[in-house]
Amino acid sequence: MRPLFGFTGGVKPASHKTESNQGGIVVAPLPPVLTVPLRQNAGLASRPLVQAGDRVLKGQAIAGPGGSISVAIHAPTSGTVRGIETHPIPHPSGLLAPCVVIEADGEDRWIERTPVDPYALPVEELRTRLRDAGVVGLGGAAFPSFVKTQHGPTQRIETLILNGAECEPFITCDDLLMRTQAGQILDGAAVLAHIAGAQRIVVGIEDNKPEAVAAMTAAAQRAGLLVEVVAVPTRYPAGGEKQLIRVLTGIEVPFGKLPPDYGVQCFNVATAYATARALLHGEPMISRLVTVTGNVERPGNFEVRIGTPIADLLKLAEPKADTDRNLMGGPMMGFALPTLDAPVIKATNCILAGSKAMFPAPGPEMPCIRCGSCARACPMDLQPFEMYWFSRAKILGKAQEYHLFDCIECGCCTYVCPSRIPLVDYFRFAKSEIRAREKENEAADAARQRYEFRLEREEREKQEKAAKLAAKAAETKAKLAQAGDADDKKALIAAAVARAQEQKAEEKPGVE
Amino acid sequence: MSNNSPFLRQPASVQVVMLKVLAALLPGIAVYIHFFGWAVVVQIAIASVTALVAETVMLAIRKKALKPFLTDGSALVTAWLVALTLPPIAPWWLAVLGVLIAIVVAKHLYGGLGQNPFNPAMVAFCALIVAYPQLMSQWPAVGFTDFGAQMQAVFGHRDLDAVVMATPLDALRTALHTPEARATVSGVLGSHATFGNIGGRGWEWIALGYLLGGLWLVQQRVITWHIPAAFLGTLGLASLLASLASPDQYAGPAFHVLTGGAMLGAFFIATDPVSGSTTPRGKLIFAAGLALLTWIIRVFGAYPDGIAFATLLMNICVPLIDMSTQPAVFGHKGKQP
Repeated sequence: MRPLFGFTGGVKPASHKTESNQGGIVVAPLPPVLTVPLRQNAGLASRPLVQAGDRVLKGQAIAGPGGSISVAIHAPTSGTVRGIETHPIPHPSGLLAPCVVIEADGEDRWIERTPVDPYALPVEELRTRLRDAGVVGLGGAAFPSFVKTQHGPTQRIETLILNGAECEPFITCDDLLMRTQAGQILDGAAVLAHIAGAQRIVVGIEDNKPEAVAAMTAAAQRAGLLVEVVAVPTRYPAGGEKQLIRVLTGIEVPFGKLPPDYGVQCFNVATAYATARALLHGEPMISRLVTVTGNVERPGNFEVRIGTPIADLLKLAEPKADTDRNLMGGPMMGFALPTLDAPVIKATNCILAGSKAMFPAPGPEMPCIRCGSCARACPMDLQPFEMYWFSRAKILGKAQEYHLFDCIECGCCTYVCPSRIPLVDYFRFAKSEIRAREKENEAADAARQRYEFRLEREEREKQEKAAKLAAKAAETKAKLAQAGDADDKKALIAAAVARAQEQKAEEKPGVE
Repeated sequence: MSNNSPFLRQPASVQVVMLKVLAALLPGIAVYIHFFGWAVVVQIAIASVTALVAETVMLAIRKKALKPFLTDGSALVTAWLVALTLPPIAPWWLAVLGVLIAIVVAKHLYGGLGQNPFNPAMVAFCALIVAYPQLMSQWPAVGFTDFGAQMQAVFGHRDLDAVVMATPLDALRTALHTPEARATVSGVLGSHATFGNIGGRGWEWIALGYLLGGLWLVQQRVITWHIPAAFLGTLGLASLLASLASPDQYAGPAFHVLTGGAMLGAFFIATDPVSGSTTPRGKLIFAAGLALLTWIIRVFGAYPDGIAFATLLMNICVPLIDMSTQPAVFGHKGKQP
């Protein structure tokens, strides 16, 4: 048995897992219209490959990677592209973004699928295939997975950690996936380990999911893989990447460093599953498991195509009448959806319906009494109340000195605060303020550089002009000396005056 | 409605924290009443009413919402602490004055709840003991629990010669500071009517009452172990070393820890989070400094107990202590496996 390390802080809210993890997986019906956002991964948006009127097949690429940190996007079903339209996407501000809108033809006809033997191909080829299959981290961050299998010259990946902790209350999609697809998850993990060059795989699962632990352990034994399945103590946020790495290996990855700096890399179990589908079955990432739970009559887990309107998905779980908000993600780190028109995207792990009774409004905000509850709850060992002081006073430099950017925004501090101060909101605000200022500074630097460059150019042009004039004067002088004749001289002078006037007239509009 | 995560909140509140502190004071208060009579309750009542009136007036002047702040319980905690540091038979206006100093000056003039750099109850105690040293040291003799006579002292004409007695700390200090008395610690502790037990008759039981409530606060995670442990440890160590060096001159750790305000200070005064240190190492330094100053003032100073002055002196150091004891954050602790 591997020794576990634990992390300081954390909280234990009621887990609310049993509401949604008792039934099986329900396949959500094919909606008539699918709206697939072009920006679904962390990094750069994807570049569209189709236009209005194009016929597409299920699994056909409709957008290619838009940069080095970007992946492809695929048609979730067969049909006709209605166009590339701006449409609400899941975002706290109700942001509109370009989406490929596909009218389904109902045939759901696959493009030709080409499974590969990953152990027969060069790893570079596998990475390209992962990228072109649209595989991103499915734990919520949606970072392109192929990028995470690479490492720099000073880095290494020895241990691949598979994150099945699922520490957020209410969410059970990873739990269900591990119970039903343990073999495929481990096959995918083995491929990821192969690509990354990792020698061992460790799976971390919170011990409130005994069925998942058992299924994964059994699958590991069946496959004869060198995989350790570890039940970790249930304490939010044990599923945070940094926390899980710490619990399983004792390594603390600080802000500004990446896991491969310490020989580790971390993937979500659903990402491993998507990897297996992509490489071993030739099926790109066009659907995912989504938990729909909370204030609904029939909570459960649904296999949902990317692009399905969230409203359609929610209807399957029958929201109760007093539902007053719908979150994407869990109650600790999720956000309220301003509109249900937005589609399910690769990062959608949970739709959580809430009501006033479920999430009662916190009492009035009181002044901080420095009780230190937040510091004891912080899994990053920060002093949130000090950061709060400085964030509130907009003394941002000081807030940074107290490690503002180490904050992972898990919400533990706000959760425990007896003064009900929305601490994380202050930290989000301070971070965005600092980023905006940095951007401003960069813009100012760029403007200054442009200005200096222009001054230099003007100076250079002046000198060139002066040199040209001098040369011309010398030439004229020589001509005059040659001519000697008075009439010629007069004619030359008249010509020169005319030229000068012409030049003046030309220059005037350009004067600044 | 807050529309940002986290949407879940622990059912914690400042009110619950303060009510727990009040509840934790009850065992000590019960023992206190047993030895010194119901005048203790009268003092607490006077202080509480004054505190709530003062709080209301100050909140109104500062145009703050009355309900959340009046019901947060912080004014009551201050009032109870002021009342518990006064002699039970002190005149009623002394409690009123003390609470006014605590609430109006030390709390609201500095910005109200959460903003005061000094412990309000200790500011009040210091002001009173400097202004009214005699009234502040007239404690009833242990066992003088005649309620009528006590009320006569509190509200009427004070004629107390027969019933007033110095506290054990005060008596010991006076005896040792009087050269012609040629007193020794063991002589004083053995002879005087005030003594007889460890921290002075009755006093050690009150201290144990506070200890009980304090340990409950630790168990409830309202306070951490750092401050009480460092305070009592340092006070015990300082008195132990001194008494080993010169047993006639210096009382031992058992006496110092169980007498006066040591236990109340360790669990209820030094642990005030607003005016005290907040980092784990900072709490240890803060409490150790507090205990050392307390011992020095008790032994060499002119006042019977040193906790109040020591608290204010250490309150001044808190920003410096906290700044220089920031704990290492995740990933910046040096050693990695």
